[in-house]
Amino acid sequence: MINFKGKNIISMHDLSKQEIIHILKTAECMEKKKYYDLLKGKILATLFFEPSTRTKLSFHSAMKQLGGSTIGFSDAQTSSTTKGESLHDTIRMVEQYCDAIVMRHPLDGSARLAAEIASVPVINGGDGKNQHPTQTLLDLYTIKKTQGKISKLHVAILGDLKYGRTAHSLATALSLFDCKLSFISPPSLRMPRQICDELTEKNIHFTEHESVEKIIPDIDILYSTRIQRERFPDPREYEMVKNAFILDTPLFKNAKPTLKLLHPLPRVNEITTNMDATPYASYFEQAGNGIPIRKAVLALVLGAKL
Amino acid sequence: MKTLVHNLENGTVIDHIPPEITFHVWNLLGKQHDVVVVGNHLPSKRMGKKGIIKIANKFLSEAEANKITLLAPHATVSVIKEGKVFHKYKLSLPSLLKGVITCINPNCITRHEQRETAFKVIQENPLKVRCLYCELLIHSQEIVLS
Ligand SMILES: Nc1ncnc2c1ncn2[C@@H]1O[C@H](COP(=O)(O)OP(=O)(O)OP(=O)(O)O)[C@@H](O)[C@H]1O
Ligand SMILES: [Mg+2]
Ligand SMILES: [Zn+2]
Repeated sequence: MINFKGKNIISMHDLSKQEIIHILKTAECMEKKKYYDLLKGKILATLFFEPSTRTKLSFHSAMKQLGGSTIGFSDAQTSSTTKGESLHDTIRMVEQYCDAIVMRHPLDGSARLAAEIASVPVINGGDGKNQHPTQTLLDLYTIKKTQGKISKLHVAILGDLKYGRTAHSLATALSLFDCKLSFISPPSLRMPRQICDELTEKNIHFTEHESVEKIIPDIDILYSTRIQRERFPDPREYEMVKNAFILDTPLFKNAKPTLKLLHPLPRVNEITTNMDATPYASYFEQAGNGIPIRKAVLALVLGAKL
Repeated sequence: MKTLVHNLENGTVIDHIPPEITFHVWNLLGKQHDVVVVGNHLPSKRMGKKGIIKIANKFLSEAEANKITLLAPHATVSVIKEGKVFHKYKLSLPSLLKGVITCINPNCITRHEQRETAFKVIQENPLKVRCLYCELLIHSQEIVLS
């Protein structure tokens, strides 16, 4: 029996394949039925110590669609952190005002620490460059919805694999599903050793590439990511790679008709707007999938009966 | 070896330390105590050469034992009471190392908030540990003891 009541959602490393499938199934239910009153009377605190658009808005929307309400702040400037309050003290206070907490914070591991302190469930909305599990869950959900399955697909992850947190946790998650993985990046932005070691230890086959052209005919999911400008120590290095991959329609002439193009958004220039009208483009649908996934996660950790 | 250094009435003996590690272990524990005997490059049947540290009136805490395990995983610890070996054990690594290692990730929450660090042992030989907070995987040669 899988029971998420009172559990924290901190890292994809904590979730088993069965637990992931359970969350995806719950998200499916969320799309089939409305559940207006499911979380009536429940309050979600959204603590955004770092800016966010999609994650914050979709959590607010998900909570409201299920009849609950939200409190919170959207940048550290308006929280008491500016007065020097520790994360520990902020959590000890906020936990008394709500039934669950969603938090985004610039430091790696902040969500785990918050979860240890809080008596209410904590959902990680992004901790520094470490994890963003609801993003990965919605990525998996989009793969499942567009391909009918996750297992045995050929998934190519492209772009900034060094700094891209979504790329890391997607690779970790897909290692549970027996997928064929290809990592495409400029040499300076390759998948970190840590992730590659993890895959090798689990006997997962992956290959690394510097261009998409050759492998595109074999790909089922092309997952493109933004070059994370803000994480580059040297702006000149960013200038060198910012145009490394620009996906446009001619590239797709040898693609499988069923290929789907995903992107966690926001995009800068890595996918041209020409792509938006093609049957491959699935990134806006993917952003939309944030709603059923976050509804599912909220309902599960708050122990709602579906 | 008992004749080489004086006998303890009560205390701890850490034996079978690789010679190049002996002074790291001494740094960790020995400095703060009055009666400490360190022997190094002593002949050993098992190891060829070894180090040994004897500390009077000192019994290891769990964190200290874990730190020594990280430095010298095959050392033997003898607890001496009333001049006799009261208890002897081989060190072993627990699955979770608490308060023993400092995270090398400057962006890790444990470097910014007061919190005991915690590392999961992923692999023992060669040692690999993962920070419970920032999830960074750290290899033996990168480990920094706290
Ligand atoms: N009273 C004491 N004071 C100081 N050191 C002692 C005392 N009794 C034993 N030791 C030391 O404690 C360690 C363990 O003692 P033990 O008599 O079991 O030695 P051993 O047979 O050499 O064991 P091992 O196989 O671990 O080397 C040895 O290094 C010994 O020199
Ligand atoms: Mg001996
Ligand atoms: Zn850490």
